[in-house]
Amino acid sequence: MSDESQASSRRKFLMRTGIALNVVAASLIAVPVIGYIAAALRKRSYQAWVSLGPMSSFPAGETRLATYRNPFTVPWDGRTADVACWVRNMGASQMQVFAVNCAHLGCPVRWFPESKLFMCPCHGGVYYEDGSRASGPPPRGLFEYEYEVRGDELWVRGGQMPTLANPV
Amino acid sequence: MSSKDEETLRAPEARGRAKRAGSGVSSRLRLLEEKGGALLEWIDFRVKFRESFLPSIVHPIPKSTASWFYVFGSATLVCLILQLVTGICLALVYVPSAGEAWQSLEYLNYQQPLGWFLRAMHYWGSNFMVALMTIHLVQVFLFGAFKYPRELTWLVGCVLFILTLGMAFTGQVMRFDQDAYWGLGIGASMAARFPLIGQQVVQLMLGGPIIAGETLTRFFALHVFVIPGTLLALVGLHLLLVIKVGINEWPMPGRLVTRERYVKEYHELVERDGEPFVPQGVTRDVVFAGIVMLAVVACAAIFGPKGPGGIPDPTLIETNPRPDFYFLPLFSAFALLPPYMETALILTAPVLLIAAAFLLPFYSNTGEKSWQRRPGAWVLVVMVFLFLGVLGWLGTYSPWSPEMTAWSGAPVPEHLVKASTPLEMQGALVVQAKQCRNCHSIGGEGGLRGPALDDVATRLTRDQLIRQVLQGGGNMPAYGKNLSPAEVTAIVAFLGRLHPEGELPARDSSAPAQPAKAADAGHARPGAG
Repeated sequence: MSDESQASSRRKFLMRTGIALNVVAASLIAVPVIGYIAAALRKRSYQAWVSLGPMSSFPAGETRLATYRNPFTVPWDGRTADVACWVRNMGASQMQVFAVNCAHLGCPVRWFPESKLFMCPCHGGVYYEDGSRASGPPPRGLFEYEYEVRGDELWVRGGQMPTLANPV
Repeated sequence: MSSKDEETLRAPEARGRAKRAGSGVSSRLRLLEEKGGALLEWIDFRVKFRESFLPSIVHPIPKSTASWFYVFGSATLVCLILQLVTGICLALVYVPSAGEAWQSLEYLNYQQPLGWFLRAMHYWGSNFMVALMTIHLVQVFLFGAFKYPRELTWLVGCVLFILTLGMAFTGQVMRFDQDAYWGLGIGASMAARFPLIGQQVVQLMLGGPIIAGETLTRFFALHVFVIPGTLLALVGLHLLLVIKVGINEWPMPGRLVTRERYVKEYHELVERDGEPFVPQGVTRDVVFAGIVMLAVVACAAIFGPKGPGGIPDPTLIETNPRPDFYFLPLFSAFALLPPYMETALILTAPVLLIAAAFLLPFYSNTGEKSWQRRPGAWVLVVMVFLFLGVLGWLGTYSPWSPEMTAWSGAPVPEHLVKASTPLEMQGALVVQAKQCRNCHSIGGEGGLRGPALDDVATRLTRDQLIRQVLQGGGNMPAYGKNLSPAEVTAIVAFLGRLHPEGELPARDSSAPAQPAKAADAGHARPGAG
């Protein structure tokens, strides 16, 4: 082998080694970066039982606003980790707990006890007292929490923002 | 760039060297000039400014582009620079923490000296930037500047447009108040409509299961690093393309673009009838840049910063979330679209719009550039602006939203209950108490979701009124379960009165022409509901 071709094959080898090293390094960097960004997906569903307080705060025949601290929280969440929901006591321990988020695009619905309707301030969605859709753009009724009465307390299974992809 | 230009630039220096005579102040000045020239020379020997950048600065452009129609691109760039400066200033104080962002905005407004002014300039700068960029886009579209050989300039410009709207949305999130919080909720609810991966998209967007601490830091990183970085890089590419390909000449009707001849013709035009970009070509840009900056400063000083609105506490649900003006058309569209096509449109419309914008220069690559010979372009622009204008205008008063406080805040006009029977009076009370006014106006006050009730009796007979109240329909909830028979009787008695003077109430045409003026409750059978 001549000197020149030896030098050229050495250069080729070095270049290939360099590219290989970079590919390995790039994947070692990219995998953790993507994993870091996608860390929010580490759980498929964020759900845990939380207490809404004593049953006495939800009188029979009425619908009241309740709040709970989101079970999945970071210290700098501030008030944003406080979540509101509507609790309807139908009597005889029969309850319904609705997310405040409109099923259309997530705005907070308000309860009007006189006309027994939930109204949304954004795009005009309206729901009946049992959460079913009354009028406006929502494609379904209000999202409903799973609930349990434990002793004297009302517990619900919550933890994530309800949307069409993932009802509470 | 000719060698003649370089000679012109070197000339003063040479002259300075030539005249060495003189004493006192003038000689010292001359010495300074000489030293300064030497310093510049020293730097330029290393930076090679004259060699690498000067040709771009003085490159010849067609004289026809020295026009007030060509100032909007540079004005948008001026806004971007203003946004960078004010944005960096705000980042010195702003705390991107869900728990403290709102307080830091209040601190900027009321305690940090001039914080309110920096916030105001950043807000008004963003409004001006979106507006000027839109005008620039329309001008470029009407002047056919997207045609051969400027396709890539147009594509990059489209991406810049999208990125700027991305800055506007993420910027609205930085103003972390109730509008920002529920705006994120709307964004998440839209993202959730992706089939199969909806929930994953939502969690990636929010950085977790709910809108909270990790959401704001995510949007902060987007607003401050990711989007501006991309934006600046692409602005560089956009400008490079403008310089390399040459700015679009004033389109003359009948002068067609052809792939074979255009570049040659453009060069001939520039050589025959061109002038350097600096200083001749840039004059109007400089004037307009000054006007734009003064306008931003004036708006900031006069109108001040926007918000923050209410504290972003999701348990405070007495809120009326509204987007900034550039998203009002979108806000309206979501209220007015029929539910069955909403998801399909949310998923496909952005893709289709972007695809259409990207394909435009390839679909219409050559031929006529002048707006005078492209009526289709005018029709499109007028239609798009009518569409956005009408939707945006509707968004400012959102007639589809219930007026949440009308039932308790807007009394029934006195003349409508004057000389009414006790039953009718009772009906007026029920109309108030059952929140009918939230959606139906009387005397100009109340919601606009349903028809005004002032003349409802001319449209519906008593039987039809009863049916409508009990069963609802046509977007009205059914009140059958929420009203007692007595309440229905009273409501219908009151509504039956509501017809303008001299206009007869609606009547059942199957009944005798002169129905007995019966106020009998037996006529209504409310129990049926």
